[in-house]
Amino acid sequence: MTAIVAHAAPARWWHSRAVIRFMRHHLALLGIAMITLLVLACAIGPYALPYDSLHIDLRARFAPPLTGNHYLGTDPLGRDLAVRLLMAGRVSLAVGFSAMLLSTLIGTLIGVTAGYRGGWVGAALMRTVDGFLSYPSIFLVLALAATLRPSPAMITVIIAVTSWMETARIVEAEVRSLREREFVQAARMVGLRRSHIMFREILPNAMGPIIVAASLAVARAILLEAYISFLGYGIQPPLPSWGNMLNGAQQYLASAPWLAIIPGAAITMAVTSFNFIGDGLRDALDVRNDHI
Amino acid sequence: MSAFLLNRLLQSIVLLVIVSIIGFTVLNLMPGGPLAQFGLDPGMTQKDVERLAAQLGLNRPLWMQYLDWAWRLLQGDWGHSFRDGSSVLTVIGRHLLATLLLMGTSTAFAIGVGAWIGIRGATHRYSLFDYCATVGAMVALSVPTFWFGLIGIYIFTLKLGWVPAGNMYTIGDGSILDYLHHLILPSLVLSLVHVAIWSRYMRTATLDALSQDFVKTARAKGVSERRILLKHVIGNALLPMITLAGMQLPSILTGALVTETVFTWPGMGRLFLDSLGYSDYPVVMGLLIFSAILVLLGNLIADIVIATVDPRIRLA
Repeated sequence: MTAIVAHAAPARWWHSRAVIRFMRHHLALLGIAMITLLVLACAIGPYALPYDSLHIDLRARFAPPLTGNHYLGTDPLGRDLAVRLLMAGRVSLAVGFSAMLLSTLIGTLIGVTAGYRGGWVGAALMRTVDGFLSYPSIFLVLALAATLRPSPAMITVIIAVTSWMETARIVEAEVRSLREREFVQAARMVGLRRSHIMFREILPNAMGPIIVAASLAVARAILLEAYISFLGYGIQPPLPSWGNMLNGAQQYLASAPWLAIIPGAAITMAVTSFNFIGDGLRDALDVRNDHI
Repeated sequence: MSAFLLNRLLQSIVLLVIVSIIGFTVLNLMPGGPLAQFGLDPGMTQKDVERLAAQLGLNRPLWMQYLDWAWRLLQGDWGHSFRDGSSVLTVIGRHLLATLLLMGTSTAFAIGVGAWIGIRGATHRYSLFDYCATVGAMVALSVPTFWFGLIGIYIFTLKLGWVPAGNMYTIGDGSILDYLHHLILPSLVLSLVHVAIWSRYMRTATLDALSQDFVKTARAKGVSERRILLKHVIGNALLPMITLAGMQLPSILTGALVTETVFTWPGMGRLFLDSLGYSDYPVVMGLLIFSAILVLLGNLIADIVIATVDPRIRLA
C-alpha cells in the first residue's frame, strides 16, 4: 500500500524546522549536555575508579570528600561513594528509561484505542484513566512494591503501570481530532483495516505530543524510583540506586552531610536535564502548552 | 445549576466505583490475599486457613467478594487494624488532622507565592525575572521533595538552629506557637513543587486574561494599568486556578507522604508507611481508598465552587 499522504520531507533531517528550533533552545541543549555527561560517567566511570562498589573498608568509614582516592568520600561501611554513585546511576537511569518506554507503550495503545474507537469503549478507557489519576501515585506504587517482590524489573513495571495515564490522555485527545481529518476518511474509503488506520496512518501524525510526554515521563519515573527507594520499598541493597543511597543518610546528616547531598544532587541533575529536554522538544515540535 | 451539580455528582460516583475496583484488585494482588497474616502463625494449619476462608466467604467468586467488600465499605465497616484492633476509620481519623494542617498551610503558601511570581512574570514578560522564574520552576519540579527536606534540616536546624528537625510539637509544651514553629519547615518543603506549578499556570492564565477584549476596552477608557490588573485581570486569572487546586490534590498527598517521613510528622503518610512496615493491610487498603475519595471530593468541591463563582461554566 502506498502512502496516502505525501509529506514534504526536508532534504536532510537536520535541515528540518523542528531540529533547527530545538538547537536554538539553550536549556534543551544544556539538558542534553548534562544527561550525556551523566550517562558517560555512569558507563565508563566505575572502570576508571580504583574501588569496587561493594568493597567494604571499615577503617575508612565516613571519610569526607577528597580524602585520598575517595573523591566523594565514603559511606558508613567505608565503601567509596563515587563508584557507588555511578553504579547507582546505571540502575536509576535504566529503571527510569525502561519505565518510560513501557508506560509510553501502554499509554499510546490505550490512548489510540480510546480516541479512535470512541463510544462506550473510549468512555470506559478514559474513565479508567481518571480512576488511576485519582490515586496519589506514591500510595499505589508503595502498596504494589510492598506486596510484589521488588526486583529492578518489577519496580520498572510497577512505575510504568501507575504512570501511563498522562500519555493516554494526551494521545486520546490528539487521535480524536485527527480521526475526522481527510486523510483518515480517505484511508477508510480505500478500505484499510482499522488497526492499519490507527497505527500506520494516525499514530505517526501524533508522534510530537508522544515524544514530549515521553521525555517528561523519564523525569517522573526517575523521581518516583528515588522516592520509593528512599522509603525502602524500591531497589534493594546491596544493589545501589540514587534513592536507596539516601535511605540511611538522614541519621548521619550532622556528621556526614555529603551522604545526603551528593546522591540528591545527581537525581536533581538527571531529572532537570529531562525536563529541559522535554521543554525544548515541546517548543520544537510545536505542541500545545497545556501541561507544565 | 442543579443539573450541573447532579451531572458532576454522578460522574464522581462512577469514578468512585472505578477507583474501588482498582483498590480491590491491588488488595487481591497481595500474596495469599487478606489471610496472608495467618501464614506465619505456627498454630494455624492449612486446613484452618481454608476453614477461615470459607467462613469469611473468601472462596466465593471475586465479583461477589467485591460487592460484599464495597457494601461494607459504604456502611462504614472498613475493617480493623491488625496492630491494635481499632477500626480503620478511627485510625485514619487520628492522623487526618495533622496531614490536613500540613497540606493546608503549604497550599496557602504555594498559592500566594506562586500567584505573585506568575502575575509578575506575565506583566514583565521576557524580563530577567520572568526568565529566572521559568528556569527556576523547571528546576524546582526536578528536586526530590525528601532531598529538599534533608537540605532544609541541614541548613536551618543543624547549621542555623532556627527550627526543629521534626515532630509536630515539643513534648510538654504544645502551645500554638510551638505547633507553628514545628510547621514552618515541613510546609515550606512541601510547597516548593507547588509554588513552581502555580507560578507557571498563573503566568499563562494572566497572559490569557491580559489579551481579552475587556482589558483593551478598559485601556481605551484610560483605566490605569494597576487598576486593570487588580480589578479585571487577577480575578479572571484566578478562576481556572480553582480547578487546578483540585487537580493538584494527588500530588500534594504524594508530597505530604514523603515530607511526613522526613519530618516524622504524625499524619496519614507516616501512618501508611508504618502500616506497610507492619503488613497492616486493612489500614493500608483503607488509606488507599480514603486518599482517592479525598481526591474525588476535592475535585467535586472545586467544580462546585467554580460553578458558583463563574456563571459561564454552569451555562455551558
